[in-house]
Amino acid sequence: MKTESKLQQILDNGQFGVTAEIGPPKHSSSEGMRHHAHMLKEHVDATNITDNQTAIVRLSSIAAGVHILDSGIEPIVQMTCRDRNRIAMQSDLMGAYSLGMRNVLCLSGDHQQFGNHPTSKNVYDVDSMQLIQLLRRMRDEKKFFSGEEIKEHEPRFFIGAVANPFADPFEYRVARLEKKVEAGAEFIQTQCIFDMERFERFMEMVRARGIDERVHILAGVTPLKGWRAAKYIQNNVSGMIVPEELVQRLKSAEDPKKEGVNICVEQIKYIKENIKGVHGVHIMAIAWEEVVPEIVERCGLYPRPKIN
Amino acid sequence: MIIAQQKPVKDIAAMISDCNKVLFVGCAGCVTVCLAGGEKETEILASSLRIMRKLEHKPIETVTFTATRQCDPEYIVALDNMVQEVDAIVSLACGVGVQYLAERFKDKWVVPALDTKFIGGATEHGVWEEKCGLCGDCVLHLTGGICPIIRCSKSILNGPCGGSQYGKCEISKDVDCAWQLIYDRMTALGKLDKLMEIQPPKDWTKSRDGGPRRAVREDVMIG
Amino acid sequence: MPCSGTIDHRVILHAFEDGADGVFVAGCMEGDCHFLKGNIRGKKRVQYVKQILDEIGFGSERVEFFNLSAAQGQRFAEIVKEMTERIMQLGPNPLTSNPDGKEGGIA
Repeated sequence: MKTESKLQQILDNGQFGVTAEIGPPKHSSSEGMRHHAHMLKEHVDATNITDNQTAIVRLSSIAAGVHILDSGIEPIVQMTCRDRNRIAMQSDLMGAYSLGMRNVLCLSGDHQQFGNHPTSKNVYDVDSMQLIQLLRRMRDEKKFFSGEEIKEHEPRFFIGAVANPFADPFEYRVARLEKKVEAGAEFIQTQCIFDMERFERFMEMVRARGIDERVHILAGVTPLKGWRAAKYIQNNVSGMIVPEELVQRLKSAEDPKKEGVNICVEQIKYIKENIKGVHGVHIMAIAWEEVVPEIVERCGLYPRPKIN
Repeated sequence: MIIAQQKPVKDIAAMISDCNKVLFVGCAGCVTVCLAGGEKETEILASSLRIMRKLEHKPIETVTFTATRQCDPEYIVALDNMVQEVDAIVSLACGVGVQYLAERFKDKWVVPALDTKFIGGATEHGVWEEKCGLCGDCVLHLTGGICPIIRCSKSILNGPCGGSQYGKCEISKDVDCAWQLIYDRMTALGKLDKLMEIQPPKDWTKSRDGGPRRAVREDVMIG
Repeated sequence: MPCSGTIDHRVILHAFEDGADGVFVAGCMEGDCHFLKGNIRGKKRVQYVKQILDEIGFGSERVEFFNLSAAQGQRFAEIVKEMTERIMQLGPNPLTSNPDGKEGGIA
């Protein structure tokens, strides 16, 4: 199903997509986001806008989407299942569409215990799998999730989901990805890849099931600023794997930041050239957005295709 | 106590449709009291399924047993010999019992015969109602002994909301407004001033939102 | 049984499992129970068993509850006749492999 998403056009054309990420601030000014958007706009096809990531209250992802769109980048609105029930989700999705957003990424969301309101309730009225179905039902069947008809102007999003090749049980991650495709996901962004060997094994299983031919898979990468960041992720973030040699390489580097960028560029080039079935890259430069243009250029992914 | 109700027999039959010999395990705890999964209900269910399967020309052999409590490992040990020859175990306990059986008998297909509904009590023989929301942080001392967490449809801590009318909740004329009851009782007790205190948002980490809970009494634990 | 209020669901189900073609439970007239509400309990249990039998596809027609007093010999004969006719029409218990199986367990 064709939507008005530019990202979809690029991916459907068979071009190697590039997306990045912008995290809304913990205040009510759009200045910083606009600044980041201007910095990225020539170098990426779309940017994700995180939805209260790590359960920390931030400016609304949909409101942020308006600022990003206004700054000349196509937003991918992230929607987690933690904070809204199905009524609020559908309402926000229609609102987002009315504001010009054309891509949604469905995810469970981090548990609130990690955020700045650990004593809050969580919702999870629908899960990420069901949210994909909800979006498909609204778009393809012109129905609300309950089955009630949407008489006109149904939201027509390009529907994304996530996959984490580094979480367990490893083999089931591939089956679950297939389940998301069955549910209706059209593009997939993966968790940050540091353990390339494991990602290759993951993609091998993905190809064996033919999943890469049914969905656009964008490999997630993150440039690291130094060995401490690597060590932190290695020890403290559930569902991520950072090989020790990567930590050591950053530790022994003369200029760790430069080395972090080098590693990221190597990863992207390797993925693009050697791992079949990957249709793009999703660069999550956490609090380091300014480095994205350099990475994109050094990977030979600049200029980006023009879509009207 | 935990209140449960039996699933439709057809649903239970579907769970064990490919089994030839099945063990039905009742529980002598809460579900006996609420007439859902005691010895009698266990035998009725087993008999019903035998008849049903015989009508389908796929006879089933049943074994029945009622454990003192399925939520205590020591009482399900007694099943060790019985499970050997069966293809499946149907538990007539609450969700706890089903899981204890599944944990102990790892290679057996263990299925639930009941829907675990709530914790509450009886108002008359055959009628049970929900009374506690298991929030892990009791507020009954603030609300005149009436639980706003489970008896208010919105779990409002500073109620009643605008939908309360004639003592009833906006969701149904058959549902009492918990906050009307709280107000009436606090008035009768001369403690209305207590309701003027703004109750802060609850700490839901003590409820299910903080993940699965555990209670420990170290003084009674023996290494 | 000393009172229809002592009837147990299992007794009726087992009777059918054992091959009974029909079961009827006779209780005292309503309001005449020596144990106050025994006959009402009995009637409700029979209704519950009927519900189960319908649910599992056996059909509820083979079991019935009747109220009559010990002095109503003729009424008893009528009920037996009525029940026998009903069971004859229904045919033998579908659970029995022997199609000529005897009818009527009386509890």
